[in-house]
Amino acid sequence: MSYDTTDVLDTETREAIDIDRTKGDFTFPERNKFDAGRGLTSATVDYISDVKNDPDWVREFRHKALKVFQDKPMPTNWATKDLENIDFDVIRYYLSDGEKPKRSWDDVPADVLETFERLGIPQQERAFLAGVEAQFDSEAAYSNVKEELTKQGVIFCNSTEGLKEHEEIFRPWFGKVIPTGDNKFSALNSAVFSGGSFIYIPKGLKLKQPLQAYFRINSENFGQFERTLIIADEGAELMYMEGCTAPKFETATLHSAVVELVALKGAKIQYVTVQNWSSNVFNLVTKRGIAMEDAEVRWIDCNIGSRLTMKYPGVIMKGKRARGEVISIALANTGQHQDTGAKMIHAADDTTSNVVSKSISVGEGRSTYRGQVHIPKHLKGCKNNTECDALLINSHSRTDTYPAITVKGNRHATQHEASVSQVSDEMLFYMQQRGLNEGQAMSLAVNGFINDLVREFPMEYSVELKRLIDLEMEGSVG
Amino acid sequence: MPAVLEQSPSLLETAPETPAYLPAWFASRQQAAWQRFLATPAPKRGDETWRFSSIKQLDFSGFQKAPATSVNELIARSTGLEAPAAKLIFVNDELVHVESHLPEGVICLPLAEALVSHSDLVQAHFMRQETRLGSAKFAALHEASLTNGLFVHVSDKLEVEGTIEAHHWIVGENTVIFPHTLIVTGKSSKVRVVDIFRSADDSQPGLAIAFNDLSAGQNSKLDYVAIQAFNEATRVIQINETATSRDASAIGFILNTGASWARNESLSRLEGPGSRSDMLSISIPAHEQEYDQRTFQHHVSEGAYSDLLYKNSLYDDSRTIFSGLIFVDEGAHHTDAYQTCRNLLMSDTCEANSMPGLEINADQVKCSHGSTSSQISDEEIFYLCARGIAPAQARQLIARGFSVDVLERLKNDEVEALVLKFIDDKFDHIASRGA
Repeated sequence: MSYDTTDVLDTETREAIDIDRTKGDFTFPERNKFDAGRGLTSATVDYISDVKNDPDWVREFRHKALKVFQDKPMPTNWATKDLENIDFDVIRYYLSDGEKPKRSWDDVPADVLETFERLGIPQQERAFLAGVEAQFDSEAAYSNVKEELTKQGVIFCNSTEGLKEHEEIFRPWFGKVIPTGDNKFSALNSAVFSGGSFIYIPKGLKLKQPLQAYFRINSENFGQFERTLIIADEGAELMYMEGCTAPKFETATLHSAVVELVALKGAKIQYVTVQNWSSNVFNLVTKRGIAMEDAEVRWIDCNIGSRLTMKYPGVIMKGKRARGEVISIALANTGQHQDTGAKMIHAADDTTSNVVSKSISVGEGRSTYRGQVHIPKHLKGCKNNTECDALLINSHSRTDTYPAITVKGNRHATQHEASVSQVSDEMLFYMQQRGLNEGQAMSLAVNGFINDLVREFPMEYSVELKRLIDLEMEGSVG
Repeated sequence: MPAVLEQSPSLLETAPETPAYLPAWFASRQQAAWQRFLATPAPKRGDETWRFSSIKQLDFSGFQKAPATSVNELIARSTGLEAPAAKLIFVNDELVHVESHLPEGVICLPLAEALVSHSDLVQAHFMRQETRLGSAKFAALHEASLTNGLFVHVSDKLEVEGTIEAHHWIVGENTVIFPHTLIVTGKSSKVRVVDIFRSADDSQPGLAIAFNDLSAGQNSKLDYVAIQAFNEATRVIQINETATSRDASAIGFILNTGASWARNESLSRLEGPGSRSDMLSISIPAHEQEYDQRTFQHHVSEGAYSDLLYKNSLYDDSRTIFSGLIFVDEGAHHTDAYQTCRNLLMSDTCEANSMPGLEINADQVKCSHGSTSSQISDEEIFYLCARGIAPAQARQLIARGFSVDVLERLKNDEVEALVLKFIDDKFDHIASRGA
């Protein structure tokens, strides 16, 4: 049976399983003091360096990266041809009002404040966050962290401030987890990066409350290229959350971030993303963490928005007994392609990794899982578990799975499993018998599908997720 | 002795000539294929269909066709089933022996003869599908160069008892063969064919670019078993294409024990509702053997079933690549498709690469794939040791049991016993040098 044909269900199902995409769909007039114009040349790079007053090594780094970006071909030999629709010449690579990030919301310009008020950021900060950074186009508008944490040595600032004022901590790890030449888009980011967070958590400090960053695109044709580096020193622990929205413009917008995580011996980093870009954003992000001895890096990833997302968070397990994990939920609606996955690179003995991915394709949406697991020869005791489940809602929905697993030597264990299913007629019938209408039944079934993963997300935070999943309601319905 | 030693030309240098007695359509197909071979670029690093592959294995210069020799010796060595329904022996693609107890209504002929006597029938089925798993260039080379093979056609409602058996031998250094097997079953018919590939000698390098084309008619049952046991200096490309009509059922099985490098490409097209395709393989690589297997389960029709089970036991420095894709066309609802690849790692220097993939464009689909790589656990060895079995023997027993599991899906005792003999030969070979 096809759900396209029942029109009762069509609207109701859509409402039940869709999320509020209009929340982020508003914009304010641009008032940029600095604008790098359209297109990308070495003059653009110099302009950004001049505005940001970059040290020489950063300027040089950017120019080298630009060269790499220009030389590298588009990865369309394996990725979707939709990438060819990105016009690098109309994108605006840097926009800012020239203001420093404010420590207090009172100092933030009224329209920017209103933007973040409408997204609920200041209110969430008061409620449960240890620190917040809010980025508006290229630069952070607001950045603050609780005072007692600063006293304990926590650094939470934007990348520009990080590379200038904390060069001794920043520079040794910058571009080391993800080298410039890793892929075309990491090179692009390295050439024009601006904004993003730099975080350092000192030895043994375990943050009880999460830190949050919020990324907002306000201007049409704008490319956001934030760069985040998080270092958790020995035994430190933190949770970092990022949210993203953009208004729906007529033309495509590009978001291409690079996120590097460093978990030193025994440290633990959890990185949570709820991506709800509007459906004309190309979201091409490189995220990778390195985990030293006994350290743990977890990526918890939810992709709801964007036109095309290509994101494969990775963990390099460099120290013995290190652990890597990727938990991901993707929802692809008509006009969307969620191409997500995970990379697990085992580089030490007794390292373990886990990948759990669930995707839902609605309408003509397409979701793809792409994974890589690599266990080289000289190691022993490495383990990987990969599970991918896909749910198809309509008859034109699409899902693909492309894992690649390399195991060398006989002292390891890997397992990969994937399944594709849809909500069965029997299941819907059963629930309808108990008084639910078809739409509610569908919603309940979808909730059940992703329920176990949703538990991994901090509930207070997942405003967007809440409507999708409605965890609290689940017990009380029916 | 001639004053000048005349070297026969390498297979890559000159266009092969189609013998004049073969039909014109076939000659023009061969010429077109040769042009296609020349025009198709060679696979290169970065091609998704050759990911993890050793591209350097694809240098086939220096191989040439050779006439059959040592014929009587090889006929004597061509042991297989106790009582096959028909038996054909090819040496360097030349038919050297044939016996048949087949009923009327079955055409079982060397391809060169069938091309003359059943030209239209062969033309209707000969290499109809597009090779899409990476070896299009070599499929074209095969089509241009083939001189013989096996053609089997079973009439409607005829169920063939027993098994048709074909032996394919390579003789002589740097010899290339192009074995071709084309099997067509009519409505509600049944047939089983076994191809056995071997080298006359233990050390002379050879090359086989083989193709088997299976077309299962409505409600028919077609079982095909390929046993690849060439010597460890030989390279192999083997391309399988299977098409199943409504309610038809096809089994394609391949055993890999020989060759230094083997590439298998298996494509099943499920063209009718209620049809079923079982894709099975056992591979036991040792030393530096490398097996590169690519599969494609193409659900064109709704309501079809496909099930793939590939098992590899890897010894020494061997290497395997498995890349499988389940592809469900738009509209192919109510598809059941399964894909499993299991790697048993028997040494600490072997390497298993798995790329199990899914592309689903329909709903009401049941699909799953799984891939595992693991070693034998110490507990299992301990259990057998406790029963007085030496550790080396215990490992062998478990590896054998691991492989045999696939074999049982053939559901034919004689063929299972034949395949098992080749599996045991390989295990003996591995055990004899203390692995």
